[in-house]
Amino acid sequence: MRLPPLDSSQWNSSLRAFAWGMSATSATILSLVLFVTYIGIGALAHDTRFSLGWTLLCTVLVWAGPAQIILITTLASGASIVQSAIAVTISAIRLFPMVVAVLPMMRTEKTRRRHLILIAHFTAVTLWVECYRFLPHVPRERRVTFIHGLGCGLMCIGLSATIIGYELAANLSQTFAAAILLLTPLAFLFSTARNSRELADVLALVLVLVLYPVASLMNSGLDILVSGVAAGSIAYGVHKWREQP
Amino acid sequence: MSDFIGDWHALVVLLLAGVIPNQIWRMLGPWLGSGLDEGSDLLQWVKAVATAILAGVIAQILVEPPGALASVPAALRYGALVAGFVAFMLTRRSIFAGVMAGEIVMFAGKWWLG
Repeated sequence: MRLPPLDSSQWNSSLRAFAWGMSATSATILSLVLFVTYIGIGALAHDTRFSLGWTLLCTVLVWAGPAQIILITTLASGASIVQSAIAVTISAIRLFPMVVAVLPMMRTEKTRRRHLILIAHFTAVTLWVECYRFLPHVPRERRVTFIHGLGCGLMCIGLSATIIGYELAANLSQTFAAAILLLTPLAFLFSTARNSRELADVLALVLVLVLYPVASLMNSGLDILVSGVAAGSIAYGVHKWREQP
Repeated sequence: MSDFIGDWHALVVLLLAGVIPNQIWRMLGPWLGSGLDEGSDLLQWVKAVATAILAGVIAQILVEPPGALASVPAALRYGALVAGFVAFMLTRRSIFAGVMAGEIVMFAGKWWLG
């Protein structure tokens, strides 16, 4: 996608800046990844018997794929509200450094805090990556508007995909519905494996595949938390130990 | 309330277990905008545990599958995952190739089993 030059008078219109932000979603492969992710989440929510309205609200208000999958899966398997909340909040901590990285790119002296709050809400891995890509080509005083447009665009994609996934799971034959449900584990496993550059993350991934079945045998209802904290801590410890001179 | 949303209880659960625990971290951003060391020990530990929790949930979907996925035998579910992972590694970590290979194996297995 071609944005006008930084000094172009076309940037004077904030409506246009918003529209360019929205249409920037069509210029990236990450939109497709987001689409597939939310197809999977919609289908998962259907087959774990959440209502469509609840699922859409979840997408709008939570707006983080991993947190939504954790929330839906744990609640459906009978975990308590507290257990789900702990698992969700641990997965969400990574959003904090993203927000901290994104906000200074668009902050000016005139920026209002409520405008930044909306941007903080839109921030997830997709928006975070796109900020680095697009913002150098957007004049500083239009960046907030541009990102509002981009965030709205991404959310429209997420919401459409949630509905499509939900309806596909409701209407397709069993085999096709199973294929759509299988998208979530496949896509998340490979994207986590791809993003795991540090040994600690790779180890955490492998260890939990061993520890989870053991923890689930104990049948405590805390399987996810117990195996997650154990595998994550062991992985972190090994990483630290290897780093020592 | 209507069937579209579900009962009010479900909304409270969404708020308490999903929205608040997730948004707390985002909303800290505009207020505590600085002084965070990306390489700090605490953050590294958090990342490792978060990766493990997500992996645990993925494992749960495969081990105790919801709805339609339960119609796929366990061996085929794991087989699809392994095939996808092999394709992922062979294509120098292409997520797309991994997902496609996993799905193809699942369809082929279902068709072969009848």
